[in-house]
Order: sequence, then C-alpha cells, then structure tokens
Amino acid sequence: MKKLMKGNEAVAEAAIRGGMRAFFGYPITPQNEIPEYLSRRLPEVGGVFIQAESEVSAINMVYGAAGSGARAMTSSSSPGISLKQEGISYICGAELPCVIVNMVRGGPGLGGIQPAQSDYFQAVKGGGHGDYHMLVYGPHTVQEAVDLMYNAFDKADEYRLPVMILGDGMIGQIMEAVELPEMKDPSAFPKKPWAADGTAVGKDRRVINSLYIEPDALEVVNHRLFDRYELLKQRETMYEEYLTEDAETVIVAYGTVARIAKSAVNELRARGKKVGLFRPITLYPYPSEALNGIAKEDSVKRFVTIELSMGQMVEDVRLAVNGLKPVEFYGRTGGNVMTPDDIVDYIEKE
Amino acid sequence: MEEKIIIAGFGGQGVLSLGQFIAYAAIADGKEVTWLPSYGPEMRGGTSNCSVVVSDKQVASPIVARPDCLIAMNKPSLYKFVDRVKAGGTVIVNSSLIPDKVQRTDVKVVYIDAQEIALEAGNARTANIVVLGAYIGMSKLFPVETVKKTIEDKFAAKPKVIPANLKAFDLGYATATK
Amino acid sequence: MAVVFKKTKMLTDVPFHYCPGCTHGIAHRLVAECLDEINCEGNVIGIAPVGCAVFAYNYFNCDMLEAAHGRAPSLATGIKRTHPDTVVFAYQGDGDLASIGTAEIIHAAARGENVTIIFINNAIYGMTGGQMAPTTLVGQKSTTSQYGRSIPLNGNPIRVSEMLATLDGPAYIARVALTDAANVRKAKQAIKRGFEMQLNKKGFSLIEVLSTCPTNWGMTPVQAAEFVKNEMTKEFPLGVFKDVTKE
Repeated sequence: MKKLMKGNEAVAEAAIRGGMRAFFGYPITPQNEIPEYLSRRLPEVGGVFIQAESEVSAINMVYGAAGSGARAMTSSSSPGISLKQEGISYICGAELPCVIVNMVRGGPGLGGIQPAQSDYFQAVKGGGHGDYHMLVYGPHTVQEAVDLMYNAFDKADEYRLPVMILGDGMIGQIMEAVELPEMKDPSAFPKKPWAADGTAVGKDRRVINSLYIEPDALEVVNHRLFDRYELLKQRETMYEEYLTEDAETVIVAYGTVARIAKSAVNELRARGKKVGLFRPITLYPYPSEALNGIAKEDSVKRFVTIELSMGQMVEDVRLAVNGLKPVEFYGRTGGNVMTPDDIVDYIEKE
Repeated sequence: MEEKIIIAGFGGQGVLSLGQFIAYAAIADGKEVTWLPSYGPEMRGGTSNCSVVVSDKQVASPIVARPDCLIAMNKPSLYKFVDRVKAGGTVIVNSSLIPDKVQRTDVKVVYIDAQEIALEAGNARTANIVVLGAYIGMSKLFPVETVKKTIEDKFAAKPKVIPANLKAFDLGYATATK
Repeated sequence: MAVVFKKTKMLTDVPFHYCPGCTHGIAHRLVAECLDEINCEGNVIGIAPVGCAVFAYNYFNCDMLEAAHGRAPSLATGIKRTHPDTVVFAYQGDGDLASIGTAEIIHAAARGENVTIIFINNAIYGMTGGQMAPTTLVGQKSTTSQYGRSIPLNGNPIRVSEMLATLDGPAYIARVALTDAANVRKAKQAIKRGFEMQLNKKGFSLIEVLSTCPTNWGMTPVQAAEFVKNEMTKEFPLGVFKDVTKE
C-alpha cells in the first residue's frame, strides 16, 4: 500500500527499516524532519536518538557507535556537513560503516536554505583530508531515496565505509507516494568481528584507529581502501538511461534536476528533437564507462550537463567523455531551480 | 492526464495543507502525485506556496513553471503567479482578501469569498477547505466522496472539526458548480 | 624466583613510550588496576585521545577506539548509548579536553553520560613539543608563551573540575595529583570511585589527574613532582568537587 510521505520522513523511516538503531544529529534546514521524525520513531523500536551539541560531536558519536558495532547514522545540510568532514575522514580511515544524509542547500558559507547541488565535489572527491571516498547516491525520487537508504547500511557494512545519500532541499521537502519496504531483522545482520564492542580479551582485542605512524603501514591502508573502491566500481555503479538510443543531444543530470530534465526531454521529443537523458544514480563510483560508451555512439553530437551549481559534476562528465564529444554546461545556483522550459530553451537555442 | 497546480498565500492560511489534501486525494484515487512546498525561515505570516502535480504516469518534474490552475489566497500571490497560468487554465481567487479582478481574458476565473463561506460553515479556519471544494467542483479532478474521505481521515484525531470542514467543502463545491 | 613486580592484566605487554619521569605511565596503571578490580574484563571499551596518550590503545588490554582531537566524549556517548551495559572510559589530556574538546566534554557531562573520563592535566601540550595549554599556569613559559603566560594576552587557566561540577549531570568529579605515594593511592581511590559510579549507573564521572611533563617543563622528574605539589595545586586545588552519593 503506497503512502504519501515527505522525503525527509520517508528517508528516516527507510533507515529504521534498513536496521538503523542509532541517530546523532543537529538541527539545520532543510533536513529537520529527519531528526524530528526519528526522535519520535527510534524509541519505538528500541533505538537511540541523541541531539548532539554540534555537527562535530554528532559525527563523532556516529564514529563511536559504528566503531562498537551499531548501525549508526547522521543527517545534515551543507554547512553542517562541512563541520562533519573531520569525523568523516576519521571514519573512512578507521574503515567504519555508517550512513550520512546531506540534503544540500546553497553555499558557500551560510549560503541559503533552498535546494542546490553545490556539495558534489565535497561528497565525491572527499570533503575531508586524506585519500578516501564514500559510496555516494543521488536519488531523484522519494521512492528511490527510500530504496537506496533501505540497503545503505548493508552496503556500508559490506565495504566498511560510509554511504552518503546526497539529496537536495527538494528531495527532503517533497511529498510523494512511497512503498515502504519490510522491517529488516537486526538479528539476521552479519556479525562484525572487527567491532570494538568491549567483549574481546587479551590479544583478541580490537582497536578502531586511523593512526598509522609508519609510512609503509599507512600506504598499505590507502591501497586497501582503494582496492575496495575498485570493487565498488565493478559492483555498485548505478545509472539510468532515458531515450538515449538515437539521441543527438544527451543531457546528464542527477537527483531532482534529472526529473526536471526528463520533463524537458519529453517536451523536446514531442517537438521532434532527438534528446535523451543519462542519469547517474551512484555519484561515487561515477558511471564513467557507461557514459564513455554513449560518447562513442556516432549519433551523439553533444552532451549537456545540467546542475544546481556553477558546474561540478560536469568535470566528471568531461573525464568520462574524454574529448570524444563536446560537453556543455547549464546551471542555476543560489537555491534557484530551473524549470523544464528553461532546459528546453537552452537545448533549442543551439 | 496531468494537472499542475500552484497554491499560494500567507503562512497560516492553510496553503500547504490545501495542497496536501489534493495530494492525499490523488493517492486515494490511484493517481501519481508530487507535492513540493516553498520553505523558508520558520515564521508565521510569511508567504507560502506549494506546487502539486497530479498525473496518470510517474511525475517527472515536480517544479511547475506553467500551472493549469493557480489558487491565490492573497493579493501578492495572485500577482506573483497569474501570468504563469497556461492559456485556457484556471485561476481561483480568494475574494475575501483580493478585491482585484484578473485582467487576463484567456483564463477561467473563479472568485470565491472563502472567509465568509467558512464562517457560514461554522469555522473560520476552514477557508482553505472551502477553496478545496471550489477547486474540485471546478476541475472535477477526483470524485467528491474520495476527497471527503480524505478530509475525514486527516482530521481523524480532531473529530469535532470534521462536520464544519465537510460543510465548508460542500459550500465551496457548490459555489464553483452553480 | 619470587615475582616482585607484575603488570596488571588490563595492560598489554607493550613498553610505554612515555618520557622518563612522566606520570602517564602511573595513570595508565591506576586505570588498568581499577578496571581489573571492578572485573570488567570482556565488558569494557576504552577511548584514546590525540596527544601524548594517543597510543593508549596499544597499552590498555581491551577493545579500544582512537578518537579525533577532543572528540572522545562524543565517541563515548555513541558507544555507551548503544552499549549501555558495557564499561566505557576515555583518557584525555588538557589540550584535548579543555581546549579543542570543551564543547564535547561540557555536553557529555551535562547529559550525564554514564561514562568515566580520565583527564590528565599537565599544563602543557606534550606531544607537539611543549606549547601553551588551556591549563598552563600564569607566568609559566612554554614554546608558544615564551615570556610566560600573560593574562592580558592569554587569559587565565581553566579549572575544568570546578566548572563541570556546576552542572547537574555529573555524578562524581575529583582532582588528584601523582606527586607521591600517598597521592597516588588517593588517585587510585578516586578513579575506582568513578568507575563504581558508572557501574551503579549514577552518571558522568571525571577524575582530573595533575601530572608531570619533565621534558617540556625542562625539569628533572623530582623537580617536576615538586612543581605539581607546590605550584599547580595552588591553581588547581585537590579534592572532590561532586559526589552525588554524598549530597
């Protein structure tokens, strides 16, 4: 039975159904419905909800809970995610699983509170210090956000890294019908022998740590992390193609912008224009091979990357297309959102 | 079928919940729907609007550039959005707060004294439901019983206010269909 | 042959890296003895800080997490809230707890997190080479207060125990000093009392341990112990500042 739900609340419920039992956060617009919902809902399932004194503290509470074996999560929006970067780097270095939601708003600085995609670089290139990545999803509907969140903790546990749900103000605030999945049974989750849950004695004890004072030891860790990222590329890359088979112009867009672009594609097709849409679902790993394959099609004349930023994902599009075809960029920023008509006008102006 | 609606007014006029009633009714009627609110610093009295898209198919863009229908609950909202309404579309004007007449001749306009009718229904706070009734009466988007069931469901926690809201809906509906 | 000295089982068999005369080693041992005495082996998680005690995870013979600078109380919160029946302790220095981690310690204390914090106050940043700490004494020279700590420039030292004792959350707060055998015994009693508070679910406990840093103070170990006794205790008086079982 489908239920009308706000994106933020649906994501929160999906996290619980996916096994999350510990949430640590701090208020910031436009994601407040997530902590608000969880402060009511988590106690019902025997979970923990703590409003931390800061974003910095919240992500470190996640570090502690995840390091001792819990399925832990935090959510925030852009300025708060910047504050969390220290903890995210440590969590990646200590190889801990957790989930982080960023409902992106405009920046830099305090910026605005309207939807944006200007945290793309921060999310996929590593916003904190050091060589690391997260598995980053860019859902375009509430249902997709729910489905990705539902399995995010399994992925985080499997690869021992943070999963980021990179939404925007729209995904958080929009209401749509969603089919909520069944509650997962936490007792069936795979055991975590690496977790410092306090039970080990003597030489079996576990140390959760990101400090490797010997260069050789740290290099080994960095290679181990990147071997894992290679696995992510092979197994977890996700994308959607829409009317790209005969397309001359291929729009590349993710998240809610991809929906606006889809409406534009429908309108342009109705006008006889051969336009398609390529929508990355994983932003890291980026679906570069698939995009490169499209670039090799003779029918494709150009790519147009559309974002709510001054042009961030467009760099990954250019890397993937690798000079085979021209890559253009169209964006709105500051919390302004383009309409389908704006995209139609851009594509038609040639 | 795809119907795009913009609903706008002051914060506190029930603009967002009016949109939600349409969205809940859409789900109950087996349609796809998106409801996207404007959001801002939390305060009473600021401007507020939401976009609702009802469709047979999955909704692509939740952003509405050119609505099929504008529901304007106050004057600034009317002037902000009226030029964006599609030719042949509809504008519902809350004449309790908007004395002006719509200048466009290519749209259908319904003037409704929502505040007065709400008082007649027995609850001044039902003005948004009066307008919901007018919108359903005018658009025939969903069966009346589906919408009324939605109203009953959403006020289930406050059963005392249900009769006034149902009456407000009927009165609004009648205004648009007479 | 008679055994005259044996490490407690809650310490690993790894030699400490601490400088000669530094009291971190004594503090580690006291904490480990207390862990042993409360029989929490197999049910305890420790948190190491950033600072001289960063390698504490090599020494405490239990599951350990290494925290970012100042964030140990947040890790402790995340751990304890998801493992309420496990003993959780954090070991932090003065730069870690009283400078970069002030928000974290104050709010963990205010929430009454049922964890035990060992706070080593040696009035200096040791690991990074003797810079001024939030607890450096007025007039005390450090590599970043070369003319001595000045009130107009640097303000006054922070008395953490007294400050936290104003909150309702903490169950037990005490300041001890590792200057001589009598004070070491008192320190152990205080640390054990902190852990007992946790076992009895009384709430937050913090034991501030006045410690030496002969290397960065430029003193012999004996001079350093005298400095703690004669100078530091003037600014940081010893005693119990909060004990909910005695209120």
